[in-house]
Amino acid sequence: MNAKVTIEIVVGILIMSGTVMSLLSSLGIIRLPDVYNRAHASTKSATLGILCILLGAFLYFFYTHGVSSIRLLLGIVFVFLTAPVAGHLIIRSAHRSKVALADISVQDDLQDYLDSEKDVESSSTTS
Amino acid sequence: MKFTDVYLQTATKILVFIIMTFSIYILFAGHHNPGGGFIGGLITASALVLLYIAFDLQSVRDIIPVDFKQLAAAGVIVAVLTGTASFIFDVPFLTQTFTYVELPILGKTELATAVIFDLGVYMTVVGTTMTIITSISEDEK
Repeated sequence: MNAKVTIEIVVGILIMSGTVMSLLSSLGIIRLPDVYNRAHASTKSATLGILCILLGAFLYFFYTHGVSSIRLLLGIVFVFLTAPVAGHLIIRSAHRSKVALADISVQDDLQDYLDSEKDVESSSTTS
Repeated sequence: MKFTDVYLQTATKILVFIIMTFSIYILFAGHHNPGGGFIGGLITASALVLLYIAFDLQSVRDIIPVDFKQLAAAGVIVAVLTGTASFIFDVPFLTQTFTYVELPILGKTELATAVIFDLGVYMTVVGTTMTIITSISEDEK
């Protein structure tokens, strides 16, 4: 088994696992009960799936064509930085517009924190 | 409730450098690869819009004190001047040429007059896009 076949197997495994992870994340978006759980499924596994696919493409072009595409590496860094921040912002705005949690949830620490801040504000203004 | 998002602001501080670098790369790659002045200008404008989203309008104006209307006008002037400069060499309007130059760090580099025209397009696109977006975003007065 020469080096080229090994590289092709590694690239195939990377791209297939990336595709499967993206599929799992889309299944999670359909199956999970509320927006917070769906964001958990979509941001994490879709990000990792895209990273695997981009890394596979980078390795393929690096070993078979001899091209080291800086754009793909930059894309990996960029997706890795932006996707969690985007998920955070969507969930933060959902919580601020008072989207209800699923019925099975037991704890909402952020709401408790916001309520305690509101209590402090109202007591300081009245006294 | 005051809007301060540390995650967004910290991520923006890093991402703006990546986006700006990529837009400059796209601007200069346009001669032989996909890219050019138009898409480079749009990417730079998107980096500036990200800054405007993460921080407020006034503090970004303090960081980047550029009047975008003047930038758009300067871009059009640059593009027209590259066209009229061809009259000096007694060739038709907007004729372009290129040459190979040995630069100290970059080595053998192709310098084309079309890049200066692309720079004019780039400045016009950045100026126009940012003028549209900033004038829409501050109409509460």
